[in-house]
Amino acid sequence: MAQRTNSLAEKLDREALLKMYRQLVLIRRFEERCAQQYSLQKIAGFCHLYNGQEAVAVGVEAAMRPDDYLVTAYRDHGQVLARGTPPGPVMAELFGKATGVAKGKGGSMHLYDIPRNMYGGWGIVGAQIPLALGMAYASKYKGEDRVTVCLFGEAAVNQGAFHEALNMAALWKVPAVFICENNRYGMGTPITVSSAVTDVYKRASAYDIPGVWCDGMDTLHTYEVVYEAVERARRGEGPTLIEARTYRFRGHSMSDPGTYRTREEVEEERKKDPIPKLRAFILSKKRAKEEELDQIHEEVEKEVEEAIRFADESPWPEPSELYTDVYVDPIWPEKVHA
Amino acid sequence: MRELTFREALNEALDEELARDPNVFLMGEEVGAYDGAYKVSRGLLKKYGPKRVIDSPISELGFVGLGVGAAMMGLRPVIEVMTWNFALLALDQIANTAAKMRYMSGGALSCPITIRGPNGAAHSLAAQHSQWFEPQYAYYPGLKVIVPGTPADAKGLLKSAIRDPDPCIFMESELLYPTKGLVPEGEYLVPIGKADIKREGKDCTVVAWGRALGIALEGAEMLAKEGIDCEVVDLRTIRPLDEETLVQSVRKTGACVILEEGWPYFNAGAQISDIVQRACFDILDSPVIRVTGADVPMPYSKALEKLARASAESVVAGVKVALNVRS
Ligand SMILES: Cc1ncc(C[n+]2csc(CCOP(=O)(O)OP(=O)(O)O)c2C)c(N)n1
Repeated sequence: MAQRTNSLAEKLDREALLKMYRQLVLIRRFEERCAQQYSLQKIAGFCHLYNGQEAVAVGVEAAMRPDDYLVTAYRDHGQVLARGTPPGPVMAELFGKATGVAKGKGGSMHLYDIPRNMYGGWGIVGAQIPLALGMAYASKYKGEDRVTVCLFGEAAVNQGAFHEALNMAALWKVPAVFICENNRYGMGTPITVSSAVTDVYKRASAYDIPGVWCDGMDTLHTYEVVYEAVERARRGEGPTLIEARTYRFRGHSMSDPGTYRTREEVEEERKKDPIPKLRAFILSKKRAKEEELDQIHEEVEKEVEEAIRFADESPWPEPSELYTDVYVDPIWPEKVHA
Repeated sequence: MRELTFREALNEALDEELARDPNVFLMGEEVGAYDGAYKVSRGLLKKYGPKRVIDSPISELGFVGLGVGAAMMGLRPVIEVMTWNFALLALDQIANTAAKMRYMSGGALSCPITIRGPNGAAHSLAAQHSQWFEPQYAYYPGLKVIVPGTPADAKGLLKSAIRDPDPCIFMESELLYPTKGLVPEGEYLVPIGKADIKREGKDCTVVAWGRALGIALEGAEMLAKEGIDCEVVDLRTIRPLDEETLVQSVRKTGACVILEEGWPYFNAGAQISDIVQRACFDILDSPVIRVTGADVPMPYSKALEKLARASAESVVAGVKVALNVRS
C-alpha cells in the first residue's frame, strides 16, 4: 500500500520547500549539462543520468538528518548533489580531474562525500545493499542513532545480495531504510520481463518488515513516506522497504538511445515531471512568488556553468597519483612502479 | 613460550584482540554456540557475548558484505568463512567492494576487515571442498593475503591483520589446526609482508607458505640425509610479497624450488618464479622449478587423491632437478 501522511509536507516551511526546489532544479540542470559535456567528450565512460528521478533523491534527503548515511548505485549524481556536495568537485570528478570528489579516480559511477555522509557510488548491481546492511549494523553496534538509507534500482532486487541483506537487516533490526527506485527498466528490460513480482514493496513480506510504495515523481510524497521509515528505523524498530515509483526521462546511460520504450510512454511520463509539481505546490500554498522560483533557476544556471568552468580549468591528476590510495601505506618496492 | 596448537594460537589471537579493541567483532556461520565449525572460536561467545561473537545465516555474500560495510564505518570486523570454498559466493564484495573502495574514493574510505577461514584440502573431501585460493585473492590490488604455516605465525599475523588498515585475506588450514608449536604469550605481532627463513641452507632455496611449509621442511630433512642442504623460505604473506628475503636467499643458494599445493596454472608460484628469474637470472644454473598439485579437480578416492597432491617426495624430486642431481 502507499502510505499517506499528508500533514508532514504541509508543515514544511518556506525555507525547506525552496531548498528542495533548488535541489531539484540543480540536479536537472547538472544532468542536462552533463549530457552536453559528454557529447563534447569532456566526460567519458559510463554515465547514468538522473533526469526524471530527482524527486527521489530530494525527497530522501529532506527525510534524513545530515548525519544519517546514504549509499546508492552508479546513478548517483543526484544523490551527491542532494547531500549538498558543491557541483564543482562533482563535475570535476566526471571530467577526471584532480579536484574531483575522488581525485578523478572514481568517475561518474563512484561519487563520495564522506564528510556529508554520502558513501557512494557503487557499480555492481545490488552490491551496495549488503554494504548498507553493514553500515547500519555498525551504527547499531556503536549505539549511534544514525540511519542508513540505501538506494537501488528495481533490477537489483533480483540479486541474491538483496535477499541476503534484507533477511539479516530484519533479523537484527538494523537502522536501515531500503529504497528501490523503480524506474521500470533495468537497461532495456522492463520489470514485467525480469520480475515475477512487479510490486517491489511486496517483497518486504518475505522478511516480515513494512513494505510501502511512494510516488517517486512527487518530492513531497517521497519525503513523507521516507521520513516515516527513517524515524521508525531511528526508534530501533528495524528496516523498511520502500518502492519509489519513478521514471527516467533519458536512456539508461549516455550510450542508450532508448528504443525499447515508445515515444508516447516517455511523453506521458514527462507530464509527471517532479519540478513543475513542486513548483505548483509552493505557489498554491503561497510559500514563494513566481519570481523567486525563477530566480532559483537563474542562480542554478550560473552555479552549474561555474562548475563546468571549475572542472575545465582544474588540473589532471599527477602521474604520482596512480599508485596512491590502493593501500593505506603503499606495498610496492620502488622498482615495481617502473 | 608454551606449546599451542595452530587452532589454539588463532583462538588466543582472537581472544586478545576482542579484549583489546571493542570495535573488533567476530561473525560467521557457527562461530558462536557451536564454537566454530573447526572450533577456532571456542569459548569466545561465552566470554564476549552475542554482540561481539555473532552467528550468521548461510549468506556468504551478505555477511561478508556486512563486514565490508561495517569496516568502512570504522569497525574491525573479523569475518569467518567456514572454508574458502564457500567464499566464492562473497567474491564480489571482496574483489569489487573491499579491494577497491579506497582507490575509487580517492583515499576517503578504507576497509580494515579481516576475512579468515581454512584454505586448501584436508582429506577425502573431494573437489568442491579441496581447493587453494591464495593466488586468486593475491591477484587483486587492494587486498593483503596472509597464509601462516606455524602456530606462532598464525597468532602474530592474525593480530596484525585485525589491526591492519586494509582488507586482509587470512588463510588457515584444516590440516594445520591440530599441529603444535611454541607460541609467545600475550602481545606478539608478526609484520605483514615479511618472509621468514624457517631453515637455513646453502644448496637450494625452497619457497613455501601455509601448510606447504611443513611439507617443504620434511622434504629438506630427507634431502639433508643425502647431503643436500636446503634453505626453506616461508613467505607467510603472498601479497605484499617479501621479494627482498626471497631474492637474497636465491642469490645465496643459486637454485630455487617453489612448492605450492594448489593447481599449477597461473598460480602464486608463477609470479614468484617470474620475480626470481628476473632478479637472479645471472646466477641461476637451472630453471626455477615449481612443485604443485595436479591440474585436476581433487578426486575423492584415497588412491587418486594421493597422486593429485604435492608431497615431501615431490619436493625432493624437484630440488634434485634444480640441482641437476641424479637420483
Ligand atoms: C552485477 C551486475 N550485472 C550487470 C551490470 C550491468 N548493468 C549496469 S546497470 C544495469 C541495469 C540495472 O537496472 P536497475 O537496477 O533497475 O537500475 P537503473 O539503472 O534503472 O537505475 C545493468 C544490467 C552490473 N553493473 N552489475
